[in-house]
Amino acid sequence: MAKFQPLADAVRDNLNDGDVVAFEGFTHLIPHAAAHEAIRQGRKGLTVIRMTPDLIYDQLIGMGMVKKMIFSYAGNPGVGLLRRMRDAVENGWPQPLELEEHSHAAMANAYEAGAAGLPCAVFRGYRGAELAQVNHNVRSVTCPFTGEVLAAVPAVRPDVAFIHAQKADRKGNVLIEGILGVQKEAVLAAKRSVVTVEEVVEDLDAHPNACLLPNWTVGSICQVPGGAHPSYAHGYYGRDNAYYIAWDKIAADRETFSSWMEENVLNAGPEVFADRVGKLRSAA
Amino acid sequence: MSGPAFTPDEMMTVAASRALKNDDVCFVGIGAPSAACNVARLTHAPDITLIYESGTIGTAPDVLPLSIGDGELCDTAVTTVGVPEMFRYWLQGGRVTIGFLGAAQLDRFGNINTTVIGDYAHPRTRLPGGGGAPEIAGSSGEIFITMKQSLRGMVERIDFFTSFGHGEGGDHRQRLGIETKGPTLLITDLAIWRPDPQTKEFTVVSLHPGVTKDEVQATCGWTVKFADHIEETPPPTDLELTTLRDLKARTKAAHEGRPDPGKAA
Repeated sequence: MAKFQPLADAVRDNLNDGDVVAFEGFTHLIPHAAAHEAIRQGRKGLTVIRMTPDLIYDQLIGMGMVKKMIFSYAGNPGVGLLRRMRDAVENGWPQPLELEEHSHAAMANAYEAGAAGLPCAVFRGYRGAELAQVNHNVRSVTCPFTGEVLAAVPAVRPDVAFIHAQKADRKGNVLIEGILGVQKEAVLAAKRSVVTVEEVVEDLDAHPNACLLPNWTVGSICQVPGGAHPSYAHGYYGRDNAYYIAWDKIAADRETFSSWMEENVLNAGPEVFADRVGKLRSAA
Repeated sequence: MSGPAFTPDEMMTVAASRALKNDDVCFVGIGAPSAACNVARLTHAPDITLIYESGTIGTAPDVLPLSIGDGELCDTAVTTVGVPEMFRYWLQGGRVTIGFLGAAQLDRFGNINTTVIGDYAHPRTRLPGGGGAPEIAGSSGEIFITMKQSLRGMVERIDFFTSFGHGEGGDHRQRLGIETKGPTLLITDLAIWRPDPQTKEFTVVSLHPGVTKDEVQATCGWTVKFADHIEETPPPTDLELTTLRDLKARTKAAHEGRPDPGKAA
């Protein structure tokens, strides 16, 4: 049953050194506040999973917390490359980074298989694609009915999944609206889960087919208004595109990055996020 | 030369937009394709279905998304589905007629690299990766590619086969059991290219206004094949150019966090 907690407690209770962890979000509802709390708590040796690792994964990697990343598109969306990740891959700074690289179709299917309790995902993909040669977790199965050879990848089963959502009701049922990504699948696939929300309400006022996680599927709920900034929360605030553009310069230099992290993450707390989205609320 | 002045970039986007039809269902790749797809929608193809991999189906954004998951895409979409459903039902299910891709590196057979420059294990430059492209390339009815020509981008041999085009050419797709057409069109800032029916090598079929064969060759890393009869790409019309420039201006304002100049009081 979902437990309402301060974010620091939820991260401490759920994320351990060496865990396989997903901070999911597909451009929308990216759990920045939760990732920043993980950075403050200094977890080490993490295997991080994400379809679209962006700024928070650049930050986790740059802070030396990550040994391996499983992913399908690593970039600063619409801006360019992830410079801290590149530094780790190309120069081993601050430590080498092992990559397990997939396509989006493979990752999405793997999350779905995890949620469905299957050991692997089967789909039509990777044909002629060289990832199938460099990633030993891309294999194939033959359809027993038609003989068609299909791609197979292992299910994604994180130790813990962090997501951000619009709201929870007082019982802990969670509503996600807008671009859904793979957040529902990530929570259902994970052993433990933490959901940060914009607000806690009496009634979710959701239509019958809304994307909803019942309270018994969620571990911890933390109210962190603005917790997705600089990504956005549909209906609450818009995306801070200028911030994504600015990140490219911050991440370009090791010292600039380190001092930025100290000022804006290590010496900050979850409460700063509400202010950061103030001017973006009219853009929702 | 009569008509409005335009840049090679604008010619590329407009030429790419013309390739899309009103009844197409187009999976819009990251980057350059987005402008072309939306110019098509705002000019000759108002009913085109644009799909972005974030799950937005039938979207009609007022500004170009900075990312493939901007709220604008969801707000203006017919429906938004989860990402697993996007890739399973809609792309793998064979409902996409055109996959529109950009490329960091491209070869003459339409194979695309967006993964690494250099060796995979020890890359000189680590690029973002394939994202949706490997399966867009395999499951879309056909593939259009658009990119600016450069010796770094259009190469004899790509460093990594992120997305399979025609492989080594000829019937390589069929030999791998891929039933879709693969790349059927390449639009650059200088020319329009189509694959040779037999060899599948991209062949220049139309030069943009004022462009010479030498210019095409000078910015392409392989020996360019030119069709026997090369056409001249019609220049952008006033409507096409105005539509593109307005779209870019709205987009620039939105991404810099400034109010839409068109909506200013």
